[in-house]
Amino acid sequence: MARLPRWVAQHLAALRALLVLTLITGVLYPLAILAVAQIPGLDDRAEGSLIYDEAGNVVGSSLLGQSFTDADGNALLEYFQSRPSMAVGETGDYDPLVTGASNLGPEDVVDALPDPDLGWDGDANAAKSLLTQVCERSFAIGAREGVDGSRPYCTDSGASAVGAVLGVFYSEGTTGEVTRVVSLNEECGTVEAPFLAEYEGVQVECAEYGGDYAAAIITPVEGDASDHPAVPADAVTASGSGLDPHISPEYARLQTARIAAERGVSEADIEALVEEHTTGRFLGFMGDPAVNVVELNLALDEAYPVS
Amino acid sequence: MSATTAGIVFIAAMAVALAATYRPLGDYIYRVVTRETHYRVERGIYRVIGARAGEEQNWAGYAKSVLAFSAVSVLFLYGFLRLQAFLPLSLGFAGVDPYVSWNTAVSFVTNTNWQAYSGESTMGHLVQTTGLAVQNFVSAAVGIAVAVVLVRGFARKATDKLGNFWVDLVRITVWVLLPIATIGAIVLVAGGVVQNFTDVTQAVTATGDTQSITGGAVASQEAIKELGTNGGGFYNANSAHPFENPTSWTNFIEIYLLLMIPVALPRTFGRIVGDNRQGYAIVAVMSVLALASIAAVFGFESMANGTVPQAVTAAMEGKEVRFGVGDSSLFAAATTLTSTGAVNSFHDSFTSFGGGVLILNMMFGEVAPGGVGGGLYGMLVLAVITVFVAGLMVGRTPEYLGKKIGAREMKLASLYFLVTPALLLTGLAASFALPVNLDSMQEAGPHGLSEMLYAFTSASNNNGSAFGGFGANTPWFNTALGLCMLFGRFLPIVFVLALAGSLARQRPVPASAGTLPTHRPLFVGMVVGVTLVLIALTFLPVLALGPLAEGLR
Repeated sequence: MARLPRWVAQHLAALRALLVLTLITGVLYPLAILAVAQIPGLDDRAEGSLIYDEAGNVVGSSLLGQSFTDADGNALLEYFQSRPSMAVGETGDYDPLVTGASNLGPEDVVDALPDPDLGWDGDANAAKSLLTQVCERSFAIGAREGVDGSRPYCTDSGASAVGAVLGVFYSEGTTGEVTRVVSLNEECGTVEAPFLAEYEGVQVECAEYGGDYAAAIITPVEGDASDHPAVPADAVTASGSGLDPHISPEYARLQTARIAAERGVSEADIEALVEEHTTGRFLGFMGDPAVNVVELNLALDEAYPVS
Repeated sequence: MSATTAGIVFIAAMAVALAATYRPLGDYIYRVVTRETHYRVERGIYRVIGARAGEEQNWAGYAKSVLAFSAVSVLFLYGFLRLQAFLPLSLGFAGVDPYVSWNTAVSFVTNTNWQAYSGESTMGHLVQTTGLAVQNFVSAAVGIAVAVVLVRGFARKATDKLGNFWVDLVRITVWVLLPIATIGAIVLVAGGVVQNFTDVTQAVTATGDTQSITGGAVASQEAIKELGTNGGGFYNANSAHPFENPTSWTNFIEIYLLLMIPVALPRTFGRIVGDNRQGYAIVAVMSVLALASIAAVFGFESMANGTVPQAVTAAMEGKEVRFGVGDSSLFAAATTLTSTGAVNSFHDSFTSFGGGVLILNMMFGEVAPGGVGGGLYGMLVLAVITVFVAGLMVGRTPEYLGKKIGAREMKLASLYFLVTPALLLTGLAASFALPVNLDSMQEAGPHGLSEMLYAFTSASNNNGSAFGGFGANTPWFNTALGLCMLFGRFLPIVFVLALAGSLARQRPVPASAGTLPTHRPLFVGMVVGVTLVLIALTFLPVLALGPLAEGLR
């Protein structure tokens, strides 16, 4: 057989090397790990830490969060509520087939307002800013738990809470006299009056759908809400995975009174159960204290079933 | 313990763990890459490959082997992805579209692991384990091999022989990466990372909803994904997904895995050049830069400046409760300081300055400690530039480790350094010139620019993480970012190998009174300074348009 040109031989060697290494690292290695994972004690973890009911049906995984809402997405009051989730698939949120985060930035504060004829649900181009989402969640949770849902940069002046953000026009572009002020997240028709009547002596307008506010300086207004809001941070933010099984102990504590009332048991009983499902920092310094909502709610159903 | 104290203890514990394996792991890698004899199993593998293990290559021969292996890998993976529908264990997924296949094939072969796709809805088990995960091993091995060749260039004299690529590739894969990944994977399974080949398990939850619980050979892939500083997640949520990173201690293990080899390689360098102090000097430079960066990210995220973080009262958007803000910050810093690009929290939602430091980390060329291999050779090139600058100051011919840094060496080092900024800034500017690309930015204003800047920085530096809101899955970005990854990986590799060739040809000059000692704190400080000045001069303008403009508003 004639000798192959050198560059062909080189690439054939490369292909053979790739195939050998594929066999070792792409076939033998994962199978070896799979074999080790069959050892009792590891096997249930390798399968996904599944939780079974008495009949042997899978009811979830202790590692994957779930939503405890009805078909319309309203909170089921007899259950501890999970964090907001961006893993929204065909079956609602907390869908492991579409994991992920909002990816909205720290200055994402201006809503893309909907066409008033279509509304938020009907207008595909409308989008709530991260700030408005945070505000909305905070006030909704505050109302649900009977605490003050207000927080900095949020306002609750109309149908629902929005980010308190003004678009300020100046005579010289970015400097000079204030000539016009628009409350960017408050659409005309949905609010009676903007959250602020005047800014620098200029009357604040509501935002018109399709209004061109590109030249305005975006000016969030902090307001006088406490720096320590009653609704904790994890309750108003979406996790990275959309599958976070945990909430903070603070958010669990906020919910105990409602759960106790809904289930007709004492708050102390619920608190004890929360305590049982709270994990501290591993070795005292790794991670944050957390409450596993899925396990907690299952334990809740077992100990204090809804009558 | 407060969250801040816990975070600081976490960082300190990580430093201690890395320090503990610096010597043993560095020495072990040294023995693997310098061993004279070949084991029988190795000879068997060389016979199959058709490699003549006894024959060492010159730099050009070595480079041709690297390029041939990588080219075959890209084509193989491309075909694998395109033909997925016809292969077993595809979970019913179709073949991957041509643009995404090209982008993904290049991405995994270049150790970038940029992902324009979502794992759980695109890739079947076979593609994940025998396509993507294999490249996690071999692309990492290629990086380490190239670094070892550069070190041989310093250590050898009057020769053009720099080692045999096939020997280095096989040894590093089989004796360094495979054993550590095996242990790592088993530890991760114990923590709850899944390892199975089941499709989807349907759960009916307490409220009567259904939940589709996904399976996969995740543990085996997760371990090498971190160890090889690859970063491509099995799932879209990457290491934020509870099945990839279930607990606060698996989080510690994963950060440790992604740092351990890059941190230990300076030891290997010190051993090969026969002066361990040189290794300590290099790891000291890496540590100074890394600690400054980690402190910055940790500080900015903890302070939670910015409108939304202040409304929330913590930078919790895109972060998991079990990790908290502190450990998420360390992971983010570690993944961008190395070329990993795995994420346990979503960088797009970081504070403006926190996210800005992550971009800056990658702009440093990922040298602190950098990707496996890539970090060491990047840092050695910076050391070469530093001795040159120092030589200019005192008017002497610069030398490093007894080798003269002459015109050819400096040209190669400069070319190496210029590749990334050229790719990054040209790609970014070209993308902005086409109006259609503006649709890919999720947000208007400086944050939108940061998103695109992050994408080109990540691709050109072979990192692979993203500001995830950026719509990168378009023909333009799949192609352009693919080219950035390809040239950002292999042009520097060719320059490094050429540099190794020209260093190895020299006879060492004996050190004299005028020689700059390269193991002293003075030199460490100078390398840090030169690095900062080079990067700042190159990238400050574009950073001012993105994260700085956003954060200072």
